This record gives sequence, C-alpha cells and structure tokens, in this order.
Amino acid sequence: MNQDLQKERAGASFNPELLTNVLDGSPENTRRRREIENLILKDPDFQHENLNFLSRSQRYEVAVKKSATMVEKMRKFGISDADEVLWFKKLHLVNFVEPVGLNYSMFIPTLLNQGTTAQQEKWLHSSKGLEIIGTYTQTEMGHGTHLRGLETTATYDPETQEFILNSPTVTSIKWWPGGLGKTSNHAIVLAQLITQGKCYGLHAFIVPIRELGTHKPLPGITVGDIGPKFGYDEMDNGYLKMDSYRIPRENMLMKHAQVKPDGTYVKPLSNKLTYGTMVFIRAMLVGESARCLSKACTIAIRYSAVRHQSEIKPGEPEPQILDYQTQQYKLFPLLATAYAFQFIGAYMKETYHRINEDIGHGDLSELPELHALTAGLKAFTSWTTNTAIEACRMACGGHGYSHSSGLPNIYVNFTPTCTFEGENTVMMLQTARFLMKSYDQVHSGKLVCGMVSYLNDLPSQRIQPQQVAVWPTVVDINSPNSLTEAYKLRAARLVEIAAKNLQVEVIHRKSKEVAWNLTSIDLVRASEAHCHYVAVKLFTEKVLQLQEKSIQAVLRRLCLLYSLYGISQNAGDFLQGSIMTESQITQVNERIKELLTEIRPDAVALVDAFDFQDVTLGSVLGRYDGNVYENLFEWAKKSPLNKTEVHESYKHLKSLQSKL
Amino acid sequence: MHPDIESERHSPSFTVEELTNMLDGGAQNTALRRKVESIIHGEPELSLKDNYFMTQNERYEAAVKKKFHILMLAQRLGWYHGSRELQYASRSVSGDLGFGIHHIFQQSIRSLGSEEQIAKWDPLCSKFQILGTYAQTEMGHGTYLQGLETEATYEAATQEFVVHSPTMTAIKWWPGDLGRSATHALVQAQLICSGARQGMHAFIVPIRSLDDHSPLPGVTTGDIGPKMDFEHVDNGFLKLDHVRIPRENMLNRFAKVLPDGTYIKLGVPKSNYFSMVVTRVEILLSEVLPLLQKACVIAIRYSVIRHQSRLRPSDPEAKVLDYQTQQQKLFPPLAMAYAFHFVGNHLLEFFHHSKSFILNRDFTLLPELHALSAGLKAMLSDFCIQAVEQCRRACGGHGYSKLSGLPSLLTRVTASCTYEGENTVLYLQTARFLIKSYRNTQKSPGSASKGSLPQSIAYLTAPDLARCPAQTAADFLRPELYTTAWAHVAVRLIKDSVRHLQTLRQAGADEHDAWNQTTVIHIQATKAHLHYVTVKIFTEALEKLESQPAIQQVLRRLCDLYALHGILTNAGDFLHDGFLSGAQIDMARKAYLDLLPLIRKDAILLTDAFDFTDQCLNSALGCYDGHAYERLFQWAQRSPTNTEGNPAYEKYIRPLLQGQRARL
Repeated sequence: MNQDLQKERAGASFNPELLTNVLDGSPENTRRRREIENLILKDPDFQHENLNFLSRSQRYEVAVKKSATMVEKMRKFGISDADEVLWFKKLHLVNFVEPVGLNYSMFIPTLLNQGTTAQQEKWLHSSKGLEIIGTYTQTEMGHGTHLRGLETTATYDPETQEFILNSPTVTSIKWWPGGLGKTSNHAIVLAQLITQGKCYGLHAFIVPIRELGTHKPLPGITVGDIGPKFGYDEMDNGYLKMDSYRIPRENMLMKHAQVKPDGTYVKPLSNKLTYGTMVFIRAMLVGESARCLSKACTIAIRYSAVRHQSEIKPGEPEPQILDYQTQQYKLFPLLATAYAFQFIGAYMKETYHRINEDIGHGDLSELPELHALTAGLKAFTSWTTNTAIEACRMACGGHGYSHSSGLPNIYVNFTPTCTFEGENTVMMLQTARFLMKSYDQVHSGKLVCGMVSYLNDLPSQRIQPQQVAVWPTVVDINSPNSLTEAYKLRAARLVEIAAKNLQVEVIHRKSKEVAWNLTSIDLVRASEAHCHYVAVKLFTEKVLQLQEKSIQAVLRRLCLLYSLYGISQNAGDFLQGSIMTESQITQVNERIKELLTEIRPDAVALVDAFDFQDVTLGSVLGRYDGNVYENLFEWAKKSPLNKTEVHESYKHLKSLQSKL
Repeated sequence: MHPDIESERHSPSFTVEELTNMLDGGAQNTALRRKVESIIHGEPELSLKDNYFMTQNERYEAAVKKKFHILMLAQRLGWYHGSRELQYASRSVSGDLGFGIHHIFQQSIRSLGSEEQIAKWDPLCSKFQILGTYAQTEMGHGTYLQGLETEATYEAATQEFVVHSPTMTAIKWWPGDLGRSATHALVQAQLICSGARQGMHAFIVPIRSLDDHSPLPGVTTGDIGPKMDFEHVDNGFLKLDHVRIPRENMLNRFAKVLPDGTYIKLGVPKSNYFSMVVTRVEILLSEVLPLLQKACVIAIRYSVIRHQSRLRPSDPEAKVLDYQTQQQKLFPPLAMAYAFHFVGNHLLEFFHHSKSFILNRDFTLLPELHALSAGLKAMLSDFCIQAVEQCRRACGGHGYSKLSGLPSLLTRVTASCTYEGENTVLYLQTARFLIKSYRNTQKSPGSASKGSLPQSIAYLTAPDLARCPAQTAADFLRPELYTTAWAHVAVRLIKDSVRHLQTLRQAGADEHDAWNQTTVIHIQATKAHLHYVTVKIFTEALEKLESQPAIQQVLRRLCDLYALHGILTNAGDFLHDGFLSGAQIDMARKAYLDLLPLIRKDAILLTDAFDFTDQCLNSALGCYDGHAYERLFQWAQRSPTNTEGNPAYEKYIRPLLQGQRARL
C-alpha cells in the first residue's frame, strides 16, 4: 500500500464501511453485492485481456463472449433478483455494453408489452433461449427524439397478407441500434403503418434480418455496423435498410392496434403510449450518472493524494497535489455532487417503484409529475456528470489523457447519456412544459402538489413581470434546510420569469409554438433551477435521516458544499432575485473554502466508501493500493506497440535518410 | 448541393471571400493557401479519409509516411522549412504528420547550443541523419521543472556525464517521437558536478543505434500506450541506467562544465524564454483555434441539414438551427472562434513588435508578455475545449460517431489543457503578475501614473464608474460600455484578491500558505482580467475594419455576443457590488437574445469564411455541399467492421444460437 494513501485512510474521521452500507441500502446488501462480485473476480472464465490494447473488432469479440457467458453464469450462480443482476452486470460488463443485451432489455419487453398472446407464444420462447437474437430499431439516420418524423414504411398487401417494409430515403435508414450491426438476426422495427391507402402512424413489426444458420443478411435487407464511435467500441451499433422486404401479417405486434387480413385497421383502445419503460430507463440513468461520477472522483482524488508536485513553501518536500486549494476546489464540489446524485438516484428508483405500484392499482395521478421529474433529472444529472468527469480527468494533468487513467473511457462511454433516451435539451423542455402547466394551474386558483408545490407560495399580485419582490427570507448559510429554501425561491422566480416571458411572446407572436421557441432558453433555465432545487432538497433530507453521527457529520459537510457551491456558481440568480445579499455571497465563498479544508482529511475515505473494485475503475491512477507509478510502467509495457523492440515502420525512416 | 444549405447562401449580407482574405491576412495568402491545398489534396498518400478506421499502429505509420511524402514534395517545390507553404500544407492535413518533436529538438539545439554545437548537430537534423525528441516531462513531474529527478553527474576522470533515472518517477514519460522514432533525445536533467547540484540543464543523449535502431546499452525505451488521441504520435518513455555521454553533449550556450568539473554560468536564457512564449501563441493559432473553427463549421452546417420536430403544427419539420436553444449552443462558440482569431494575431503582433527590444537585451516587456501569453493560453484552450464539446453534443447522436469528425477534434483539443503548461498553473502565473503590478501602483500613489503600468493592465488605475450607465438593451451593444463593465469587474476582483491575501498575512499566515489559501479567488480575478483583455482586443480589431462595413457589421454582432455571453454567465460578479442592477442584467439578456436571430442569417456564411476544404474537415456531417446523410452511409460501409468478416460470429454467436437450440 502506498504510504500516502495509508496515512489518508488512517486519518479519516469515520469508518467508510458504514457509509458503504448507507449507499448500498443496508449492510446485508453490501455483503451480498461483494459476494456476487467475488464470484466474478475469481472465475477464470471472466478473465480477458485489457481492452485498451485491443482493436475495435477484438473488443467486440470480447463483449460477445462476455454477453454469451453471462446468461449461463447468472443461471448457474442463481442470480435473478433485479438488484443482484445489476450488481453482477456492473462488475462484469463495467459499462453495460453487451451486444446481445438489447435482446433482453428491448426486444423481449416490447414483445411482452405489445405482442398478443399468440405472438408471445411464438417468439418469446425462442428469444429467451437465444434461439433468435433480437434488437430494437427506432432511431433513423435523419430522425431521433421526434418520433412522428420517422420515415420507414410498412405497407399492407391484402393479396399476400404481408407487410412490405421500405426505407424510402437515405434519412430513413435505421441507424444506431445496438446489436444490429453484426449480432442480431431479428429486429423489432418501428415503421409508419400504411393500409388501404392511409397512414396510421408508428407501429412495431418483427423483422427477420439474417438467415438462421449462415447469419447472412436476408435478400432485401442491407445491414451493417455504423463504424467507429467516440466510445462503445465493444458495441455493434448498426444500420438497417429495407428494400420492399416482405413479412407476414402476423409479424406486426397487435396487442393494441390491429390490421385485419383484409387490411382493415383497428385502432388501439387507448392511444397512450406505454411510457413506463421510458420513465424507468430515465430514472435508472440518474443512478448511472451517480455511478460514473463517483468512479471519476475516486480516480482523481486517490491520484491527487499520491501525486506530489511543486512546492507550497520553498525548501519543504513537494506536497500532495490534494493540498492545493485549487485542486480541492476542482474536486471536492464534484465529490459532493457525486453523493448528491447517489441519493437522488436511489430516490428515483424508489419513487418509480412506488408510483408503478399505484399505476398497477389504476392510480395515474402522479404519473405526469414523475414523467416530468425523470426527464429533467436525467438531463440535469447527465449534463453535470458529463462536465464533471472531464474536470476530473483534467485534474489528473497529463496522465489523465492516457487510457491508463481509465478516465477517457469513463467519459466516452458516459457522454451519450446526454443524447440517448431523449436528448437533454428536449428533456428539459418537457419538464418546462410541466412547470408551465403547474404555474398556469396555480394562476387559475388551483393548488399544485409534489415537488412543484412551491409555486403555490408565489405572491399572487405581480403587476410588472420584471419587478421582483423581495423575499421575506433570511438565508442561514450553515443550514441545509435554509439553503434548500433559497433554491426553492430561485426556482420559483425563474419559473415565473419564464412563464411571464412566454405570455408576452404569445401576445406578440400570435402563435404558441413560435412563442415557445423564443422563450426556450428561459424555459431551460427554469427547468434547471427546478432540478437543482430538487437535488438540494433530496440531499438535505437524506442527510437529516442518517442515524450514525460520524457519517451524518461528514455528509452534512458535503451537502453544505454542494448547496453553497451551486449558489456561488449561480450567484447572479440569487443576487438578482434578492434571495441573498452581496455580503452573504461573500460569506458563501468564504465558507466554501473552509469546507474544502474540513473535507480534505476525509476525501480519500469518502471515495473508498463508494467501494469500487479496481477492475470496475479500470484505472492505474485510481488503484486502491495507490501504487500508481510502478503499475503505469507495467501497463505501458503491455502495449502492442512495444511487442518488438524495433518497430517495423523503421523502414520509412531509413528511406527518408537515404533521399534527403 | 443540398437545397437546405444552398438557401443559406442565397442572399449574403457580406462577401465571404473578403472575410476569408481577412482571416488569411490578405488575398495573396488565400491564393497561396489554396494552391498548396490543391497540391496536397492531389496526393492520395496525403489523404485523411481512412484515419477513423485505423489502429494506433497504422495511424503512426501513416503519419510517418505522410511526413516523408511532404518532405519530398517540399524538396521538389522548394518549400523551405518554416515557409508559409509548409504551414499551409500542415494545415491541410490537419497536422497529421510524424516527427513534430524532431523540429523542437532541432530548435532547442539552436537556442541552447553553442555555435560549435549547432554546427555539429543542426545539419544532421536537417537531413534526418538523426531523429530527435525533447525529453523533459517525467512520470512523476510535469509543469514544475525543479522537481525533475533525472541526473547528469559529471565525471572528470573520463570527461563524461553519467545520465541516470534514479527512481520510477524519474522515467521520462510523454515525449513525442520518443516511443519508436527518435535516435537522440534532448534530456533535461539535474546537473551534478564537483558534488554540487546546479539545476536543470539540457543534454544530447543517443538512445537508439544508427545502424539497426535498437536501443543502446543502458537505455530502456518504448511507447507509453494508448491515449485519448494523438495516436499518430509515438509518445514514449525513457529510462536511463548510468548512460555515459561525452562532456561536449551538454548544450552550453548559457552554462558549461570545464574538463575539471568547474561549473560556469554564461548568462540567463531570457531570449530563449521569449521564443518559448512565441511558440505558445503559435500553437494556439495552429493547433487549438482551428479545431474550434472546424467544430463550428461541422455543427452549424449539420444544423441546417438536420430537421427535427415542428415549430408550428402546420409547418414541415424545422431546421434545428432555427431552434433558439440550438443557437444558444452554437453561436457563442462561433463568436469565440472569431474572437480568438483576433486575440491570437494581436498577441503575435505584440511579440514581433517587442522582438527588437528583446534582441537589444531590453527585457522590460518580458513580464507582461509572459503573463499575457500564459493567461491567454489557459483561457483560450479552456474555452476552446468546452466549445468544441458543446458543438459535438449539439449534433445529437451523430456527434458521437467518429465519422462526424467531432470526437477527434475534442480528444485532440483537450490535450491543450496540459501541454505547454498546465492551465491552473498558468492562470496563477498571470495572477502573480497582476497582483504584483497592482501592489506597485499602491506603493507610491503619486507616481502611479497611467504610463507606469504595462499596456494590457493600464486599466487598473484608470478612472472607474461605480454604476453602469446603461438604460436600455440597446446600450449593451456599445463596445465601450461592455468593455468598461469587464474592466470594472476585473479591477474589483483583483483588489479583492490583494485584500484577501493581506488579511491572511495580517492574521499571521506565512506568505506561501496565504497564497495557497487564496488561489481560488486569484483565478477568478485572472479570468475576469482575461475576459476584459479579449473583449478589448476584439472591439479594437473591429474598429480598424471601417473600410469593410458589411464585414464590420457581421463581426460586431459576434463581438457583442461574445462580450454579453461572458457577462451573463458571470452575472453574479457584475451584480455583486451593484455595478449592474437586476434590471440591467435583464436588458443585457434581451440584447443577447435579440442577437441570436441576426447571427442566424449569416451563420453558414460565417463558417464558410474559415474556408476549410472538405478533405481537411474530414467530416461526414460538415461537408460544404450539405450531403451529410449520404456521406455518413457511404463512409460507414468502408468501416473494417463491414469490409472484413465477423470472427465473433463463428467463435461465439453461432455456438450460442446453435448450442441453445440443441438444449431446447
């Protein structure tokens, strides 16, 4: 063990194991999680070469192998509980990149949600047993988040009782679906249904794309890999072009809508999309943000305790870079954010399950808010995390740029979270729509409930839209509750400004949609402020619930830092809204610096508490034992470029010398 | 040509060619650049089109081959080293060339070596008889040079230096061209002679055999492994085990060791320092700024091709560039791309102006030059990194594909936060200069006339308003108004920095602890100062464009946007002492939002003016003709994942499918 890290761990004010239990939910969860992790760590079948040294094609191969063995192993180890599966995947897959994964996460659930009993009987068994491998294709080259814009068509031919699938334009080529490029032999295709000369909108179809036995694309199908990406090297994201490709009528998923043999279209009973899955995935992505940010913080903070550089005082030995105020200022607010997001992620998961139960009982009242909240928090946490991972990487100086740090990989695999499952700006605007609706509701005299209930407190008399009332609140910068109030006031103010600006534009532009577009920057600001308030509120509530004193003390500091840092970064909002005074902002900045010093002795223990295995971190810089430099050298020696002492390209140099 | 991009070019409010000429520094330069580009693009060996499909090994080999090819071309066409032609050639292949550090090696010998040493080594470098690298950074030490551990101990008996890496952390790590190419390394090491440590000096150490390229005895060297980018460069490691080199291999323009081990200092390499400062700015202009410009070209062009959702229910799907949120993402980066062009060129001019003083051993301008170049390097690279990433994310899913060109722009530009000095360290160097200068004005209030402060910080003692006089949104479009606003905030924060430092000192903290405990606010102050400097340079450059009113007008909007965007993202700093009122912030925000649709009209033309060829952009999304989707589809099919078989199918997928079936 590196001596610096040993000292850091000995000097911590709390026992990280207790905090790990809090993060896992209980000591029993921690125990079981480690048990599962150990199964993987000890199993020789799960060993593979370091992905950093492999080509894309080789990385894909490793991923297919992992994907394939995983199913078998989980059965063998008796892992089927949802949480346990997740623990297993977190360690085994690291980034959840599994080419066969879409079969389980999208193909089968869609079949269950939208297929008739007969269809389920026909397909479910073979897809569960991997007799067929399915994927889910929605996004097209020219169209993403806006589903109605999709161009793929499925035209019904009553004579043969078949659908004819076509990709009529270049932009209509299905693009991005995971597992499509090389792995799958079936795809659920979303296409515009046309029957009896009329278009009925998007419907789902099961389309065989590769021949069983040879795996060759079927006639009429053009399918392949979309080429190299920023990350996700192991995934064969693919394209699919269909040219008058025929499938039987029974391949349309007909649980809701139907096409009769003669071509008559039967409308679904309820037009409401089953957005349960969508809400679930977005809620999970909040947890994913927390996990990736926690990893990045672990690496950067451990390395900053091992790395020595320069001098604070002349003549003294070089200090750990974690002793520099600038380094603390870069990293500790991110550490606080990681904890905030951990608790928000846990809250989202609980809330989803709670509301899902209500929905099961026919109570849909909380669904709109849940939908708005997941959309906004998905965007809020993923944007923040995106920037924060990069900040952690840059805080590691030059070595952060090497793949040995693990940070580039964390970043490139995380960053698509900002686009997939709903592009973030669009997500923020969805939340804004809910906020505007709630605001209108309050304005028309009705009360709103849930996280937006603060809108009820808006003073009812507002004559001038730009005039901001002085809030009757005195903020205590050492009280998390009081800071939550301050964030609440900021959110209320920005929601109101956006609402009023929207009204003004509506009057000017005569078109709601144009007005919406011309207010969208304000609307995004309002959503961000709302989400920020929710984050501060949830973190604060969690901290106050904690029983163990030592844990509560250290998390209270992080919670304060999280709240105060956000105020400092958005001081304009708090000053302009007269929520805080100039001298309070000055105090906030001073208090932040004090907190950096207070958190410093616990920094390493705080990242230890995330309890990541070294293989999950995939980082030489973030190793638990801190033996960074020796291992950096060993790592580099494994690079394929070092296989021969004299590189073959030496021939170019020789010929250059002879010609100049 | 795609009609959606053609319509954007229909009614230009200014002549694109004129703007291109201005960016190039004259119509002659534009013509020469295009001539070179057409030569380069005519050579299939110099094509970038397969870059995204290559392994690290292949990228390296291709870059070496390209370098070789360009040297041959240069020899044939008479392009001398350092010529504009070669600069343009390098730009048109996006700098994707091998042996870049070899030239730094050669340059360092010229500035650190004696005449005799230059005469010996320089011709060898020019003819590539040897290939050099510059080995300074070690595994455990970077920006802090005194911390380097490599030792060069003089042995009088043999008249040799023994160069040695005493620890793991002393291994040289990161130097480019070291991993596989270099035969010689310029090694920075602690000189030890007659038992005394004399600090860092430069030594030429042969590391690979000139016959068969194998490492020489005592030398362990290789590649440091995969990185985020710069795959074409063989960044390497070098471990020296008591390697002996002759006394003559220490570069001795500024210090030398006599045969008996006596150490003699011959001067301070200040002029050498000056050339480092110039290099820093040249890198900003050649390696950092173009990446932002390219990202803007790609993202903005793609945003008029991409349609998404509807603005009105009855309309067809709108171009994404028509969304206010998209403009908010892309126009501030575009404004920066222009602002930094003027900032970089202003700096270069300033340096060339001061060169005559430096050559006459008048170093009075050096501290200012240093502070300005350090701070601006940090700020420009920080902003460019963020802006490139913003452009990438503004392209939605396709921005994640390497074929968009954007991931590579990001991974390349992001290295600039550490190379040529880590940004936090650089900000703090500028802060020291600002604080020292400000304190000097306080020591003798009588003599603190405007003239006594260097030009770029003269505003520290200029008369200042306590309140901003703006009364309408339109007032915020007056350059002197927003320049003054930035000056006010910078001065306030610098004073604040000094006050914080004094308070801590008076409370008994020693100088160094006090400094460390106030670094966060120093950086905040320095950033405000740099904002002011860049806004001022941009506005002043535009004043000179009176003879081209159409161009002046379109750039003025970008300048306004740049300044206001900065004010709004730092609104707290302006509200803090009441310099701006809440109502004035709202005015500034209105002025800012009103600029977006105006810039929208010229957006494509403003990116066209950068005049990057399609080959140089190497982006499926950003091509001039707008046929983004067709290219994306064609390029994807060239991927080796499609052209080569699928070994994973035979090995795993088939057994998976069949094995399961057998079991069922």
